[in-house]
Amino acid sequence: MEKYLMMNPLDFPILSTIIFLPLAGVALILFIRGERAIKVTALIASVATLVLSVALYAYFDPQTPRFQFGESLSWIPMYNINYTLGVDGITILLIVLTALVTPACVLCSWTSISQRIKEFMICILLMETSMIGVFCSLDFILFYVFWEAMLIPMYLLIAVWGGPRRDYASLKFFIYTLFGSVFLLVAIIALYLVNGTFSIPEAMYKNYPFQFQAWVFLAFAIAFAIKVPMFPFHTWLPAAHTEAPTAGSVLLASILLKMGTYGFLRFCLPITPVASFTFAPYVVALSVIAIIYGGFVCLSQTDMKKLIAYSSVAHMGFVTLGIFTFTKLGFEGAMLQMINHGITTGALFLSVGIIYERTHSREIYDNAGLGKITPVYVGFFGLFAISSFGFPGTNNFVGELYVLVSTFAWSKSAGFLAVVGAVLAAAYMLRLLKLIVWGRQDKRTIRDMNLREVIYLLPLGVFVIWIGLFPRPLVRMMEVTLGHLLRQLQVFSH
Amino acid sequence: MLLLPELTMLLLSVVFLILSLVDRKDSLFLWARALALAGLVVTLASVAGKGELFSGAYRVDLFSQIFKVLTSIGFCYVVFMFGSQDEVESRYLPDYLMFLAFSTLGLMMLASAVELISIVISLEISSFSLYAIVPLRRSQSKLQLEAAVKYLFFGAVSTGIMLFGMGYLYAMAGSTFLADIIRVLQLFISQPVGILALVLTMTGFFFKLSLFPLHFWAPDIYEGASNTTTTFIATVPKIAAVALLIRISMLAPSLSLPLVNILMILAALSMTVGNLIGLIQKDVKRLLAYSGIAHAGYLMLGVISLNSGGGASAIYYIAIYLFMNLACFYVITLMAKSGENIRVDDLAGLSKRSPLLALTLAVSAFSLAGIPPTGGFTGKFFLFVSAFQEGYLAIVIIGAVNTVISIFYYLNLVRMSYSKEPESRPSIPLYFHEKALCYTLIFMVLYMGLVPFGLMDIFQGAF
Repeated sequence: MEKYLMMNPLDFPILSTIIFLPLAGVALILFIRGERAIKVTALIASVATLVLSVALYAYFDPQTPRFQFGESLSWIPMYNINYTLGVDGITILLIVLTALVTPACVLCSWTSISQRIKEFMICILLMETSMIGVFCSLDFILFYVFWEAMLIPMYLLIAVWGGPRRDYASLKFFIYTLFGSVFLLVAIIALYLVNGTFSIPEAMYKNYPFQFQAWVFLAFAIAFAIKVPMFPFHTWLPAAHTEAPTAGSVLLASILLKMGTYGFLRFCLPITPVASFTFAPYVVALSVIAIIYGGFVCLSQTDMKKLIAYSSVAHMGFVTLGIFTFTKLGFEGAMLQMINHGITTGALFLSVGIIYERTHSREIYDNAGLGKITPVYVGFFGLFAISSFGFPGTNNFVGELYVLVSTFAWSKSAGFLAVVGAVLAAAYMLRLLKLIVWGRQDKRTIRDMNLREVIYLLPLGVFVIWIGLFPRPLVRMMEVTLGHLLRQLQVFSH
Repeated sequence: MLLLPELTMLLLSVVFLILSLVDRKDSLFLWARALALAGLVVTLASVAGKGELFSGAYRVDLFSQIFKVLTSIGFCYVVFMFGSQDEVESRYLPDYLMFLAFSTLGLMMLASAVELISIVISLEISSFSLYAIVPLRRSQSKLQLEAAVKYLFFGAVSTGIMLFGMGYLYAMAGSTFLADIIRVLQLFISQPVGILALVLTMTGFFFKLSLFPLHFWAPDIYEGASNTTTTFIATVPKIAAVALLIRISMLAPSLSLPLVNILMILAALSMTVGNLIGLIQKDVKRLLAYSGIAHAGYLMLGVISLNSGGGASAIYYIAIYLFMNLACFYVITLMAKSGENIRVDDLAGLSKRSPLLALTLAVSAFSLAGIPPTGGFTGKFFLFVSAFQEGYLAIVIIGAVNTVISIFYYLNLVRMSYSKEPESRPSIPLYFHEKALCYTLIFMVLYMGLVPFGLMDIFQGAF
């Protein structure tokens, strides 16, 4: 086990603490009555998690591809199921991203959620526990429990606090995701019967027969493709994003979508390398379709949230494209895009939520012409919008560039089509931005952003520019892990 | 001493028999609850008993005692549920409780019976008591009478089929003892007569478990019988049915392929039919009936994979099935203060009317659907692993897809109670013991989801 898992060097189980701190917050909130006290408790719990995850980031050793801060306890010995946690270069960034986004979700719901605030905060914190749990789990069953348990609070977030079509959206979200997950479960059991353990690292880098790899890959791919979502499986996403409350949309866009691509990186590539190579052309084709298709659909949207939702389809296309071109640059680009999309799209949803709270409309026309009315808001919105289509100097530019370079090395035509998609992104985002800033002349009174809103958007804005100008620290965290992954892939696929 | 749980149950029924003759009805529930609890304690205490009685026709071992404990828990819950609403006319109350206790007695005996005649007798003791209590419901319609007649007829027919199968077994072995039959059956297991005999014998228990194609009674009886009667019928007899199905399939030395195929097809059809028809149900009890049909299918996964720990998985599943169904039915029973049937639409706004009931319902619905971290997931996971280990991949995939189908109607229960606004209905007041029972059920469902190891070790020790 020491081969791949370094035990926790700290004198307390930091990963378990990060995972279950939000849960402790839930336990506290259950006994609190005042609305304000509930909100403050939720905020404290999520900020404490953020502080701990920053500490995790600081103690993380980027020089090794092994899993760090390992914890392992026996859970269900009969089936060799363990409570094993660990972090490597892929997950460390995703954990910090999750911990960064959750306080923003708590803050953005401060006034916009008026009813059942207690249950709302419980759902948000439960989401945080299960999301971080997914990224830390090194045991298939532990992973699956977190992966599925997440559906319940997310479903409730959409179904209870959602928009007018919340019924339809929440059901569709649940059924779609569950459909993917059950195949994941079957694949997990199949791997267990071969390996005799549910340990994820022990399932990696083994020479399974091709037939077996192909089936396991397909079962994994259905689950992850639905979660990403990749092109033909994306239809749950616009509905869920549009109907969810702001915090729900942010969690969906920033974290939940990443779980699909994380799954590809963590499971498909190392466990089924040969099948991954075999199926890569199809995945690349679907990714390119998603990029182009998402772009065209965005051009015709009049609903801000829907537009951003469809743009997610296109952006996630870049991530899968980067993963399945099998170069170091592609992997790094994909990872960067996962983080960038989490920051930018999360921020865009937060921005829509801010304006929705004032105008009670998500239609572009109703929110048009804000340039002179709410200058601070438009400043932030503009920054996130240009970052969304990869304007040089913003975070998405770096990631997209990495992915495009890698794609051109893999296939000229796929690269060309992806560039077309990137141009489309500029087209729809600039159209949206133009309308929001200058779209109407009439005078209206709309409050500009208040301090609370600036507080949760500002860090995201800083990251947009920081990653755009200086991505090296992030790349340094992941490059050893990704390099190791690539080398192993090349060994096992030949 | 080995018979102590059965004797306690017998004592309970005799007490109520006497109470039904005298005219003292005031402290009835207190008596019932105290005695039921005492019965549970006695059953728990005698879990380690081991021995054979009545010249080997009655075996007390860990296997049978586990089932007796589960039966006793189910009975205890039903007695505690019963009371705050007047579903049964008060003059029939002692008789009702007596029949309930008698039925439980029969089911407990069933778990220990290892001889064909005693199996039949135990089964009939439990069935006849149930036939008697199905029509006991205070209601304007005649639905409960129709249900009673249907239950009686279906029960009689399936018992007949079972006896026919037992006749074959006897003809082959020349003995009614399962231990003798198992020796002879080795010669016949790959021949049509052996398979036919086993399948027909199982039919009586397929009926109790409401497995396809003997599921037709379930929706009508669930709808017609009173809420508490339904709670009992939906949970406790199924426990004993699983015990006997495991016992009978253990007769086959190693399950022969044709037999497995038959059981697998029945399981697949049961899941699919149950879940598909469940999608369109409007009455919560009918919905749960179809859900029960589907779950009978899942349970069969354990029965066909006895060699790879399927038996323990099946016991685990029926245990969690007991708790999640009790939770669902308890919510219905508490909602229907005057004993009426609850429609899915009536659940609207439940989370405002009573947050605890809504939570109980949500937890059990997610558990029935098999979403972690509830026990429904863990149980299903064990079943899938056992079946997969035996190489029955097809049925695992069918089961997995069925989980997705079923989520629609389970989620509907949650959706109704959480996201629909109530049409200004009064809130539902709960007594302390009702709250406590709700919390216990929620705790059990989550406990069995997250901490399965202790129980699973005990269950595996039973084989």
